[in-house]
Amino acid sequence: MSAIFEVERLKKSFGGLDVTKDVSLSMAKGDRIALIGPNGAGKTTFVNLVTGHLQPNSGRVLMDGEDISKFNPMRRVKAGLVRSFQVTRLFSEMTPEEHVALAILQREGKSGRLAGNFHAMPQVMREMGSILETLNLGTLATVPVGEIAYGQQRLLEIALAMALRPKVLLLDEPAAGVPHSDTFLIENALAQLPDDLAVLMIEHDMDLVFRFAKRVVVLAAGEIIFDGSPRAVTDDARVREAYLGSYAHASSAA
Amino acid sequence: MSATEISAPFEQAKPMRRPWQRDLAGVLIIGVAAVAGYFLFPDNLALLTRIIAIMLLVLSLDLVTGYCGVATLGHAALFGAGAYAAGIAAVTFGITEPLSMVAIGAIAGAVAGLVSGVVILRGHGLAQLVLSIAVIHLFHEAANKASTYTGGSDGLSGIAPDPVFGLFAFDLWGRTAYVFGIGLLILVFVLLRILVRSPFGTLCRGIRQDPIRVSAMGASVKASLIKMYVISGAVAGVGGALNAVSTQVVGLDSLSFTNSAEALVMLVLGGAGSLYGALVGTIVFMWFEHVVSAANPFHWLTIVGALLIAVVLFAPKGLYGTAVTLMKRFIGSRQ
Repeated sequence: MSAIFEVERLKKSFGGLDVTKDVSLSMAKGDRIALIGPNGAGKTTFVNLVTGHLQPNSGRVLMDGEDISKFNPMRRVKAGLVRSFQVTRLFSEMTPEEHVALAILQREGKSGRLAGNFHAMPQVMREMGSILETLNLGTLATVPVGEIAYGQQRLLEIALAMALRPKVLLLDEPAAGVPHSDTFLIENALAQLPDDLAVLMIEHDMDLVFRFAKRVVVLAAGEIIFDGSPRAVTDDARVREAYLGSYAHASSAA
Repeated sequence: MSATEISAPFEQAKPMRRPWQRDLAGVLIIGVAAVAGYFLFPDNLALLTRIIAIMLLVLSLDLVTGYCGVATLGHAALFGAGAYAAGIAAVTFGITEPLSMVAIGAIAGAVAGLVSGVVILRGHGLAQLVLSIAVIHLFHEAANKASTYTGGSDGLSGIAPDPVFGLFAFDLWGRTAYVFGIGLLILVFVLLRILVRSPFGTLCRGIRQDPIRVSAMGASVKASLIKMYVISGAVAGVGGALNAVSTQVVGLDSLSFTNSAEALVMLVLGGAGSLYGALVGTIVFMWFEHVVSAANPFHWLTIVGALLIAVVLFAPKGLYGTAVTLMKRFIGSRQ
């Protein structure tokens, strides 16, 4: 059993509404999983529960066999569990260079230093340079993020995740808000992620899902209704019903 | 990951000397302004020294408000704590060596920063502002009630600091106090330039722009803010101590809501989020107040109010921030 990340019987309800019902999931090193589901299925809630931004009613989250259910969000990041956001969250007045350097310094526990500057730290500069080059952001390194295009901001979100060197990365709709014609940029960026990193991606763009994922998990009404290969998911009757309701049968009959 | 081993042409491309040159220029400007002030206004050195003390308060406020985005109307608590601590050290405990008094002021300011930071950072937005007002009133009332040490509403008098380094006695014209103040200001300014460029300074700017992103990077927003509050307290405490050393009295007004609110006004006037903005705002506000109140003792507050409205409406980045924007536009249009 080489699961690096496990979720055991996670439950969450808001008032009488069960948003997450008994969700279990496990990921191994190098996994590429897509988490899909219709709107309101509880995908983002799932990410918030796992990253500690919401407290579950019951269930456990384990990293490398260690129970991190009691950790606050910051400690979970330090344990190697990193997320990205559905809507870009960046520092609009700061440059990509500063963003990535800050993430590297934070990872190395140096972000509290009161003196010095990342420009004078060769290994930080080198790593930052290579991350930005990898994501084709090199030419924008010193432009304030508020002035760069949204698609490039999405790439910077991925750059930040890379700079934190996570063991498990949760990507919440990395291509959201990016024109369909530019999705390939995101896809190329995702292809640059380290091979041994376990990645779970929430995404609505099915082309991206099928090209990226080795495994697809479908969440509907707070439950996992499918967990298997991308090829099998389109034929699954429950998945069709979750997405299409009663039309599923009509279309299959046609 | 193998990608990290590729060395990009980044390191050599970055000019490393520029920020230091800019700091040196900043120190030179302060020095030149200080010498000019000394010779142009030899009869107003006490006012100039008071301006320096308030500059330290506004710089300190800039750290939490301009860099971290914490709204506070209670920052004079940190300044007053430094002033009273230095004063009490001299009057009650006989510590009259001026640098020791400043050090005691800095420590007291840092402790006051810790206390008020822990309280104020419990809230957000409006609640934060109200908590900060509560803090300044509590500090004010504590100083008022502890009259055995603080002199209560009569103020704390009888502070007689020794000569600086045992050589330069504090004179009637306030020359020593002025030079002492300039020395402290330059020292604090250089340290703060290092601070705002440091990794911690970058982290704090990140917190102001998006605290959720900062916590998603694994950094504790609250712990960072409290740390900045402590540093800010030390700076304000130095300002308070300077005020105690130079005026040789400490009054309850140093712990007042008015003092806090005026500091915030000066910061907005000069431009929050920049150390130069804090310095410019303090000089302009206090000098304007001095000149206008002498010219028209009845309507000077109206004129100050009009100036503020003009700045907030037409130069929302403050005087310094707007000047920088205009300069950039000017340089950009010439190229």
